[in-house]
Amino acid sequence: MSEPPPPLRPHWTQTDVINVDQSELTALERLYLPQVFAGLGTTLRHMFKRKLRTQTVVQYPEEKRTLRKENYRGVHRLNRDEQGRVACVACFMCETACPAHCIHIEGAESPWPDREKYPIKFDIDELRCIYCGMCEEACPVDAIELTPEYHLVGGSREEMIFDKEKLLMVFDRTKAEKPRKNPAVTGY
Amino acid sequence: MQNLIDWAKSILSDQFSFSMLLMLASIGVIMTAVAYCILLERKISAWMQDRFGPNRVGPLGLLQPMADGVKFLLKEDIIPRHVDRALFLLAPWLIFVVAMIGFAVLPIGGNFRWSWMAADAPLLQCQVASVDIGLLYMVAIASLGVYGVVLGAWASNNKYSFYGGMRAAAQMLSYEVPLGMAILTVILATGELRLEHIVAKQAAGPWIVLYHPVAALLLFIAALAEANRMPFDLAESEQELIGGYHTEYSAMKLALFFLAEYAHMLTTSGLMTALFFGGYLLPPWFPGAAFVNSETTALAMIARSLVFGGKIALFISLYMAVRWTIPRFRFDQLMRVAWKGLVPISMALVALQGVIVYLQVSQWWATAGNAAIILGALIVAASGRKPITGRQQSLPAKAMVTRG
Repeated sequence: MSEPPPPLRPHWTQTDVINVDQSELTALERLYLPQVFAGLGTTLRHMFKRKLRTQTVVQYPEEKRTLRKENYRGVHRLNRDEQGRVACVACFMCETACPAHCIHIEGAESPWPDREKYPIKFDIDELRCIYCGMCEEACPVDAIELTPEYHLVGGSREEMIFDKEKLLMVFDRTKAEKPRKNPAVTGY
Repeated sequence: MQNLIDWAKSILSDQFSFSMLLMLASIGVIMTAVAYCILLERKISAWMQDRFGPNRVGPLGLLQPMADGVKFLLKEDIIPRHVDRALFLLAPWLIFVVAMIGFAVLPIGGNFRWSWMAADAPLLQCQVASVDIGLLYMVAIASLGVYGVVLGAWASNNKYSFYGGMRAAAQMLSYEVPLGMAILTVILATGELRLEHIVAKQAAGPWIVLYHPVAALLLFIAALAEANRMPFDLAESEQELIGGYHTEYSAMKLALFFLAEYAHMLTTSGLMTALFFGGYLLPPWFPGAAFVNSETTALAMIARSLVFGGKIALFISLYMAVRWTIPRFRFDQLMRVAWKGLVPISMALVALQGVIVYLQVSQWWATAGNAAIILGALIVAASGRKPITGRQQSLPAKAMVTRG
């Protein structure tokens, strides 16, 4: 005989709530005016801290933040294998995994002997994408990856739908700063 | 050519035409100053928050006001269908004009003569209007300011705007009292209603702020409230009322509301400078004070105007520092501060100055009296259980936890 399950708690109670009671104001705080001047002191002190501002502020187009290149999730890329061919095997795993439905693949029979299929069309709608990285997780051959590139701008919606050529171009741009992690698994 | 120069000289030498020209000039100066005040405000707020502020348009962002102005001019001007059209169009102009005309009675540069005028010719006044009742005019104009806000709020036919207008009306009514009392103290102390005479009295004796520091502080607080500045900007409080009274306004009409706010700041700073801080005068120990304070040449007049402008700029910076430091009052706190804090203190000040005038004792007793009043107020405030603004009476924290 196994033990009976523990009884359900009759009422649900909050156990992780911390009650913070406002403390009584001291006589000095109740005067209000000293507190005002103290506040002015704080803001004025910051006003003349020129060094702090130059250290804190990133003046964007001229200066750029250093990102963690290994796991920053920016624009996608389609990796090339060692022979310069697109590494994707058109398995549709990323398209299935994508929660935003922004990937559209059309597969065709592969002209190469080491795999059965390859994508003739691979579109990612970068405006729809939520940059969650699920496609990267799902890919069995590590063909799709997110890059540390975050300057994603365009003049129209059409321009923001990246096709296969454009995604391969992103790979060519970024392979120096983020090399492809694993060699392609062939034989699919 | 010589005729033209003579004609220009005669125009400049006549008090009336000189005042007219000065009026045009000061409108231009105020408008530019207001535009740059907005830039300064953004800069100061940025510096206080360890940022840089606008620095893209022109060197150091100095052309930002132009860009803002062009943007406001080119924006689509939407007049919603549900508004009271006539009042809706009137309100921004009313508030703007009222904020500007207060400046007319402020003494800008004192008395002077052009170099081409005869040595015994009457002195020109560098002031737009020299009015007998300058101070009363100032008070009257200050209280007109609320009409623009209330009209804009009412005409917008929008609940949020209406709330903003109601708050503005109640606030202005409350803060008019300490404002008037502080001004009354100065009137009693100097026996003058003309602002230029008040400034002239400060040339002879010390500045009135030394006699009545508390009155100066009260006037500053009331002026913050009159100009709808933080911490008294309940009329537009963005978080609760979207934009308050100017929610429905767009394009240049919205810009007029902003310009009016800053013009109001300029005017009240000028008033405070003239009443308490010696107007265009330099303190006697300051280098060059003798030249600036007593010469009657045109050069000295320009120097005096610059001193006046500099003092106003100092006050404006103080306004901005206060804005980015102190959070907004809740409405009931606002009322408590006015009626339980400022009004009794200002009444005590008027009574004090009245006794001094009646007994004809030294004016320095006012300083001692001021110290006594502020000390008494602080003792009363510190001995009370609650702060003057009133503690928020909320449920105990345990009672507020939801039980599912």
